[in-house]
Amino acid sequence: MKRKYGMKKAIRAASVAPTTHAWAIRARDLRVRAGRHLAVNGLDLSLGVGVHGLLGPNGAGKTTLMRVLATVLRPAGGDLELLGHSIHRRLDLRTLRRSIGYLPQEFGFYGRFTVREFIEYLAWLKEVPARDVPDAVQRALERTRLADRGNSRMKTLSGGMLRRAGIAQAIVNDPEILLMDEPTVGLDPEQRMDFRSLLRELGTHTCVLVSTHLVEDVVAACTDVVLMDAGRVVFHGVPADLVGAGQAGMVGDSSAERGYTELLRRHRAAEGAA
Amino acid sequence: MTAHISTGLLGRYVGGDTGIAPDVLWAMEAHLEECAACRGRLAEMGDVDTAALLARVRTGLDASVSATAPAPVRRRWLPSRSTRWVTPVFVPWLATTVLVVLVALGFDLAAAARGGALPSLVVLLAPVAPFLGVATAWTRRVDPAHEMVAATARAGLGLVLRRTLVVLVVVIPVLAAAGWLVGASPARWLLPCLAFTMCALALGEVVGLPRATAGLALLWAAVVIGPSIVTARMSVLLTEAALPGWAALTVVVTLVLIARRNSAAELR
Repeated sequence: MKRKYGMKKAIRAASVAPTTHAWAIRARDLRVRAGRHLAVNGLDLSLGVGVHGLLGPNGAGKTTLMRVLATVLRPAGGDLELLGHSIHRRLDLRTLRRSIGYLPQEFGFYGRFTVREFIEYLAWLKEVPARDVPDAVQRALERTRLADRGNSRMKTLSGGMLRRAGIAQAIVNDPEILLMDEPTVGLDPEQRMDFRSLLRELGTHTCVLVSTHLVEDVVAACTDVVLMDAGRVVFHGVPADLVGAGQAGMVGDSSAERGYTELLRRHRAAEGAA
Repeated sequence: MTAHISTGLLGRYVGGDTGIAPDVLWAMEAHLEECAACRGRLAEMGDVDTAALLARVRTGLDASVSATAPAPVRRRWLPSRSTRWVTPVFVPWLATTVLVVLVALGFDLAAAARGGALPSLVVLLAPVAPFLGVATAWTRRVDPAHEMVAATARAGLGLVLRRTLVVLVVVIPVLAAAGWLVGASPARWLLPCLAFTMCALALGEVVGLPRATAGLALLWAAVVIGPSIVTARMSVLLTEAALPGWAALTVVVTLVLIARRNSAAELR
């Protein structure tokens, strides 16, 4: 007897296909220009599935790195591979961009749109299949706890809600690479706890790169830490290593903060000596 | 199998009675698979606890559903699908364009009423009239969400072409009406208008659309609009003689655009 199942979607072949790349993000000697100077200068980095915290002082090149990974900027030199696609001049970015979610540092929005309209608009831009859009938008709203504000206009939202709307638009296409530039700015402590648990959940099957100034967020929610200074990776390890480095350090209120300043200090001392 | 299951037995079955002999159980379930009437009775029986739970859940749900007022249906300022064709911020820019054409039309009509022989301002402005709309089709300065939009799959020539098309669809009828009022044939300005728009798009890939449109508009003002007004004679570029040139330019630039469509994914 034949039976029709009322299932809306079957699992797509693409989602069970084995990955053919070792790292979601792989950069070798990457150089990126921001204006006239090289904001990213000789960066080596390999990131796979997990939550990666990107730390570094202002001007270290974090935002430029985020933008080049989001394919908004072109590398000026070196190699960059995203999901196995090597970024070069002839590459058609369209396919790759479908698998990337990006929350820029300055989250701009249209005040007259409702939250749902805004995320629908971004879902359309990201080429989410039309029949999946309502489900995908609802899921993104629920994951960021915005489901009850879906019909509010963007201009009526508080700062924390706007951030969450930004995160919702970044995850609406179920990206394989998720880039978030300072997503915790403007969130209150409770929302940050929620955000951390969302990060952990996303990190089980996505390569999440979160840039932040809050060392605590990284220690609490990230599987590893990338510390940048002057366009280069200074340190790449697990949060415990960062905390461990803090035993020797002096400046900072928590051991993670001490670790951060200590690692930067060591690096700068080594650079100065060289 | 004709006999239906007795109510007593069904009750024991629903209650999860382990005392029912395996062969009876098997026969019952076989009968239930075949008999819709007995399945219906089975569904109605349910145990008391489940029925009470369901009733409680239902009351709770009803209360919470009626507590949340239905979302107010708000009047949309643009239909939601329109964002696929225009930037959400484009209305004021297009309105400005229409206003500029109307002002030019006013000048022309006033000049005609005085019996002057100045070249038509509408025709002179026509080639650069879509530029305001085209410049705002893809620019960081006007679109607050540009950084996000620029990283999406649809970003690129296709999206810009869609938006340009809308600009043309709005601007060309306005120009046609204005041109008709001042007595200029559409052939004189339509091709230059299309050629200039394509040039702006092609140049925009290299230097960005706002710069490309600004540069071309300045060039046009310096080479054509200014001299035409000073000498009171319509530039040769806007006469029928120049049409083949404009047509050739449109074709060449369109081919260039098609050849370079991939690089447009990184329009600034």
